[in-house]
Amino acid sequence: MSGGAEPADPVSAAVARAFREERAIVLATLIRQAGDFQLAEDAVQDAFEAAVTVWRRDGVPANPGAWITTAARRRAIDRLRRNRSVADRAERLAELTRLDAEHEEPSMEDESTIVDDRLRLIFTCCHPALEMPARVALTLRALGGLSTGEIARAFLVAEPTMGKRIVRAKRKIAEAHIPYRVPADEELPDRLRGVLRVIYLIFNEGYAATEGDRLVREELCDEAIRLGELLCRLMPDDAEVWGLLALMLLHDARRAARVDASGRYVALDAQDRSLWDQDRIRDGLARLERAVRLRRPGEYQLQAAITALQIQAPDAETTDWAQIAELYGALGRLNPSPVVELNRAVAVGLGSGPAAGLELLEPLLGEPALERYQPLHAAHAELLSRAGDADGAARAYERAIALTANAVERAELERRLGSLR
Amino acid sequence: MSQYMLLVYEEEVDAAVQAEREKVTPTLLELHASLREAGLLVGVKRLRSAESATSIRARDGQAEIVDGPFAVTKEVLAGYYILECADLDEALKQAARLPMAAWGTVEVRPVVSADEWVEVVRQAGVDVPDDAVNDLA
Repeated sequence: MSGGAEPADPVSAAVARAFREERAIVLATLIRQAGDFQLAEDAVQDAFEAAVTVWRRDGVPANPGAWITTAARRRAIDRLRRNRSVADRAERLAELTRLDAEHEEPSMEDESTIVDDRLRLIFTCCHPALEMPARVALTLRALGGLSTGEIARAFLVAEPTMGKRIVRAKRKIAEAHIPYRVPADEELPDRLRGVLRVIYLIFNEGYAATEGDRLVREELCDEAIRLGELLCRLMPDDAEVWGLLALMLLHDARRAARVDASGRYVALDAQDRSLWDQDRIRDGLARLERAVRLRRPGEYQLQAAITALQIQAPDAETTDWAQIAELYGALGRLNPSPVVELNRAVAVGLGSGPAAGLELLEPLLGEPALERYQPLHAAHAELLSRAGDADGAARAYERAIALTANAVERAELERRLGSLR
Repeated sequence: MSQYMLLVYEEEVDAAVQAEREKVTPTLLELHASLREAGLLVGVKRLRSAESATSIRARDGQAEIVDGPFAVTKEVLAGYYILECADLDEALKQAARLPMAAWGTVEVRPVVSADEWVEVVRQAGVDVPDDAVNDLA
């Protein structure tokens, strides 16, 4: 994200490029070698700052990544000499000094070590012993290279608050000895699910919000997709990793059509389809196919498949609702949730007629978790209206209207209520 | 003879006030030595800050991990374990094995080693002898 706009002068451009392409790789390895997240991050920061001056004086090096690696390692050695509170300091210093003497460069390091280091960094940033907002912030900072200010703006949080959150997370990693490693096989599925959740949360934060700095928010979507792509490269044998990337791409393809000229949310069936990004849709479908070929179904693949069916059909009428209802059924068996059951009821209602949909939806009206859930009552109203029960539909619309805090949503529900009469 | 556990509660304060507090260390060292001499001291540990804590509960066979210390509810302190683990993952794994995690909460707090304790005190500007490590564990 930083350096999104390429600076005009070649040195700044080279530094920006190195930052974008090399920073996470250098940082991931240096954290392992220095044994301290904060120290490694500071050292990498120092190295990039030094690069601006030194490259301007001596010219851009042939291998900027190698230059940054060496500079960051030396800064880490300097910082370790001064900082006595780092655990196993003497061993770390000896190891870094040895590496420095060997002139070992990343190009000479085993490719799998670089892959492993980045996975270590991902799993550490997304560790379950860190609170969710800290996982999100740390992931964006360490892997995405976002500044604290950028993350704060994206999440509508004051910069000092976000700064404290990140510092605290790094301190906890050090003090509680959160390990810097890829989880063992028996923990991996659970922990990977946690990582995917963080990435999807970053995506949704950018995608779902309609307020705040729109530009920064859209870049959250891009960043989440970049992280999804990275994870696909690092763990290509996991179907859900591909499933998540597919899901994000299929949503993102419709980003421009989701909001109208006045910034209001536009529902799927009212969207201007000419605004959809067909390349992205093709990319998303290709990722979904790749996921499905691995024959390990999961919740992201199912959601991506549902989204794919919705956007491949020319309109709501010709959408394959029976298939969508089946996919929601599978999703509910994997991850039981009243919201998924509601979506299944709506799909059944659209596919097999309102009576069948109502039969599934009505038991949900007694569900405590959904009591104040506006979409339940809006869907109930829609199905009742299709079944010809205008009075029942009106009551359900009124209930939905009472539950919405959003002016655009309210206007739409009132329009539908009015058209009943 | 009966064993008693003395639980120390204090407000967490900023670094400057904490540095001031570290000045009691010489008194603490004398106290520990005298308790030991009287055969009363079984063990003493200093814990890291509450923000380094992780709480774990096991519900429906699923471990729920929460960042942060145990939040005050109806549950009260019922016992303790001190485990020597490679890292937090191992500590959490072992904590989840406690059957009490199924109805209670297990807070996992890193312990400050005696060496680190001496280091912390010295960084606060308080002079303590090298053999203080023997009285801080």
